[in-house]
Amino acid sequence: MAQHFRLPAGGRVDRSKPVSFTFNGSKIEGYRGDTLASALLANGVHFVGRSFKYHRPRGIISHGSDEPSALLSVSRGPGRTDPNNRASVVELREGLVTTSQNHWPSLNFDVGAVNDLFSPVFVAGFYYKTFMWPRSFWDKVYEPFIRAAAGLGVAPTEPDADRYANRHAHCDVLVVGMGPTGLAAALAASETGKRVIAVDEQSEPGGSLLHASDETIDGKPAADWLKETLAQLDARENVILLPRTTVFGYYNHNHVAMTERVTDHVIDPKGAPRERLWQVRAGHVVIAAGSLERPLVFADNDRPGVLLAESVRAFVNRYGVLPGRKIVFATSGASAYQAAIDAKAAGADVTVSDLRLEAGCGPELAKARAAGVEVLTAHTVIGTVGHKRVKGLIVAPVMGSGTIGPRRTLECDCVGMSGGWTPTVHLFSQSRGKLAYDEALDAFIPGTSAQAETTVGAARGDYNLAACLASGYAAGSKAAGGSAEWRFETSATLVGFQPVRVMPTDANPAKVRAFIDFQNDVTAKDIKLAVREGFQSIEHVKRYTTTGMATDQGKTSNMNALGVVAGQLDKPLPSVGTTTFRPPYTPTTFGALVGPARDALFDPIRTTPIHDWAVEHGAKFEPVSLWRRAWYFPKPGEDMHAAVARECKAVRDGVGVFDGSTLGKIEVVGPDAAEFMNRMYVNPWLKLEPGRCRYGLMLKEDGYILDDGVVARVAPDRFHVTTTTGGAARVLNHMEDYLQTEWPDLDVFLTSITEEWAVIAVQGPKARETIEPLVSDIDLSPEAFPHMAMREGRICGAPTRLFRVSFTGELGFEINVPADYGRAVWEAIYDSGKKFGITPYGTETMHVLRAEKGYIIVGQETDGTVTPDDVGLAGMIAKAKVDFVGKRSLGRPDLVASGRKQLVGLFADDPSLVLEEGAQIVADPNQPIPMKMLGHVTSSYDSPNVGRSIALAVVADGRARMGQTLFVTTPGGFARASVVDPVFFDAKGERINA
Amino acid sequence: MLLIDCPCCGLRPETEFRCGGQAHVARPATPADVTDKDWSEYLFVRENPRGVHAERWIHQHGCGRWFNALRDTVSDRFVETYPMGGDPKSTTTETRL
Ligand SMILES: [Zn+2]
Repeated sequence: MAQHFRLPAGGRVDRSKPVSFTFNGSKIEGYRGDTLASALLANGVHFVGRSFKYHRPRGIISHGSDEPSALLSVSRGPGRTDPNNRASVVELREGLVTTSQNHWPSLNFDVGAVNDLFSPVFVAGFYYKTFMWPRSFWDKVYEPFIRAAAGLGVAPTEPDADRYANRHAHCDVLVVGMGPTGLAAALAASETGKRVIAVDEQSEPGGSLLHASDETIDGKPAADWLKETLAQLDARENVILLPRTTVFGYYNHNHVAMTERVTDHVIDPKGAPRERLWQVRAGHVVIAAGSLERPLVFADNDRPGVLLAESVRAFVNRYGVLPGRKIVFATSGASAYQAAIDAKAAGADVTVSDLRLEAGCGPELAKARAAGVEVLTAHTVIGTVGHKRVKGLIVAPVMGSGTIGPRRTLECDCVGMSGGWTPTVHLFSQSRGKLAYDEALDAFIPGTSAQAETTVGAARGDYNLAACLASGYAAGSKAAGGSAEWRFETSATLVGFQPVRVMPTDANPAKVRAFIDFQNDVTAKDIKLAVREGFQSIEHVKRYTTTGMATDQGKTSNMNALGVVAGQLDKPLPSVGTTTFRPPYTPTTFGALVGPARDALFDPIRTTPIHDWAVEHGAKFEPVSLWRRAWYFPKPGEDMHAAVARECKAVRDGVGVFDGSTLGKIEVVGPDAAEFMNRMYVNPWLKLEPGRCRYGLMLKEDGYILDDGVVARVAPDRFHVTTTTGGAARVLNHMEDYLQTEWPDLDVFLTSITEEWAVIAVQGPKARETIEPLVSDIDLSPEAFPHMAMREGRICGAPTRLFRVSFTGELGFEINVPADYGRAVWEAIYDSGKKFGITPYGTETMHVLRAEKGYIIVGQETDGTVTPDDVGLAGMIAKAKVDFVGKRSLGRPDLVASGRKQLVGLFADDPSLVLEEGAQIVADPNQPIPMKMLGHVTSSYDSPNVGRSIALAVVADGRARMGQTLFVTTPGGFARASVVDPVFFDAKGERINA
Repeated sequence: MLLIDCPCCGLRPETEFRCGGQAHVARPATPADVTDKDWSEYLFVRENPRGVHAERWIHQHGCGRWFNALRDTVSDRFVETYPMGGDPKSTTTETRL
């Protein structure tokens, strides 16, 4: 297909660089610098998709990001396919595969188009009215129907093959929009060396100057001024210019989010990301976002070939494309005349139909007529002729009395419509600034700013080029702390329009399909119906009719919808209110938001130095906070139960080895370390000898248990503190808080050493014999190295802090070695223990073994409302200490009251029944509901060493209930269980001292 | 996301910080001498003003230091930050709404 509608010269496309792509399978050619929209139009393609609800043929309406209709699926290769791309935004690139959407089987013949014939059915609130009853239809009939009908494009099925980056930036002034206003602002703001970032969503900065024709600035053609200004800005080191960058969100404190489309337009990105998410914190934001042209509302205004007037101008001047050879401009304002003059100059046959009276027009009238453009003033548009492409515009004179005169059809292949302009206040509104209605402008404009922000130029309703430049310059200077001004001399701008909601018509209004929201297929009739049905607030009308709720957020449609509602209610427009604009300004890719947080980086995990060994030995893993911990090590054919039972027996009968590296570890160092420990823990520390350990219990100030762990005194001024795996950060924060804010006088340093030490627990009767051959410099004999001692020495030649401690109740050692030696020492121990049948075990076995001994796990037996006495650990509390964190609270009335839940053991009557953790406990299962609950099961396992199921529970007055029968909820009803001592194995604790 | 002026590090993004509640609630020097009622006030009762509030903040993912801040709870604006144990320069009531 040749570019029959490409003008022989002109435009900013690079005619030396032809680019080919496909549209619905046909190969099409355009030029570098084209958008999909301009390239399609250059080839005479207007009909590019079917509409959402009625499947009506739709074409390209706009040249910018406000395009509501021309949505295409665009593929740049496998994993690089996106639906719903606006043809006017996608830059042409060699090899793009583009397809139209929302039709079956083909664009030209679409079965869904039958919806258009049944349009009386699809009225406002159709979904709410239709999918109500019967209830049985909700899941089976209505939902599948709605799902099938919902959305336009088809979501890609392959993972996104592209890479997305993100960046934080700071600047003194952020300029949003690089049209004339924004460029003038950037010039002024950067004059004094302040850091300026200027962004524009288009591929090229310039805004409306990119399609200027005879405009001049300071005596130069606008294009030359643009080029010089950009060169000037580019040369300043304090200026960052970002084209292809959309500010999509304006948040609190001038935090502005934007996406930069980095490589979609290039064939070989050379490793650069597809898009980059910028988060900018700006001292001041200058919004120079321009304005949006309003479509006119008349019957069948959605036919392919009907464009916005300024967009016709942009296609002609910027892209060198004639959207039609016979163009009618339908307007109620001046700006369309310039488009008509430029189209005429480009060789089109041009007519203007203006709703305004001759007397209501300005200099544009004479200018157009002088250029040979036929102008019909005081003419309305009744409708269009043509289905898949506009073939004519039906116009009629509006008489002085308001009656409509005889219709006349203007033959054409393109219509440029203009119902005036709407300032782009989206970002201002997002910044929580208050909008003000300006009657003269027929628009909401920025009123009071809520942040350090200034909106200037067309974005506040100033459409005159000279005024835009001057106000932009002044605003830029002011934003940078200056007060400079500049008088720009420019050519005159054709401005002014007569607001019109729906074009006057002689047709039966009930039959007229005049579209307001092109993307959601909402007509003026739908909005009027909603108002008749009682919807008065624009927020309600919006949700009921869905107007303005499509992906374009009603950029082209909002003011027309508001106007129709106000007119129908016979109220002034501002009393109807305006809708709230929310981020994103235009659709944003998920890729940009997600950035690198994908796959392994989506939810990063922590692993220990021994992790890979566990993987190689078939471990199953469980998540514990961010860690992945070996859960159990099944042998071939074993399920979890069998593996855990084997591991449990092995530790008690021989020796087991366990990776305890995830234990939180904090080094508390300094002259006041012991005093600090004394204040932080319930236990006494001053007299603990170096080389000895103590089980430490830590409370919050409210008296409840926060954490626990073994602490070794390494030296008089140095403690090696361990915490629970999940509590490491919490405990360090807790300590730092007190150290910095309550006792800054204490000379203590806290250092997290969790990652520095690998911890290998060797547990069981054969533990000493297993490690003995590997350890040097430490006497392991029971006399020299008793339970709860810590020695420094070497293992396999590596330095170690060797703890003789046990969380199993067996003879045990916890071997701390620098993390880098962790795996080598683990393997040496594993080899050494083979003759004793050494068995690696995981967290599940660790849990069972400690429960057999009645050892609590903080967070399992405790829930933030448990005191030391509740779990039988009151004996840990140093009686002589005057104060420690939580001590005063232990005397609070509620904490000394009787009836508190206390830790007990439970034996279900059925020894094979493993009670459910969390199950509620009652004294009498026959009492009326709601029953009085005494407590709940905290831990429950099948214990191979006890030979039956065991459970730990917290029960009101539990210690006074020894031997009582209580009832525990199970999925099958209540189970009987008796209260027993929570130590189920080796109650005298002899094995630990072996 | 706003920037918070850490007394040690300067302006840093909010995400690096954590709020630790009302500032200037001193732990009693001898808790044993405090009545149950006063102790429960110290533990649980805090201001919740609409306007400027003195708060404790920590630069958790930065220098790790605690400091105090005056923050307007309506606008989320930080009036000033100042070291632990210090007093604010501005009075806490001047911009209260
Ligand atoms: Zn800091």
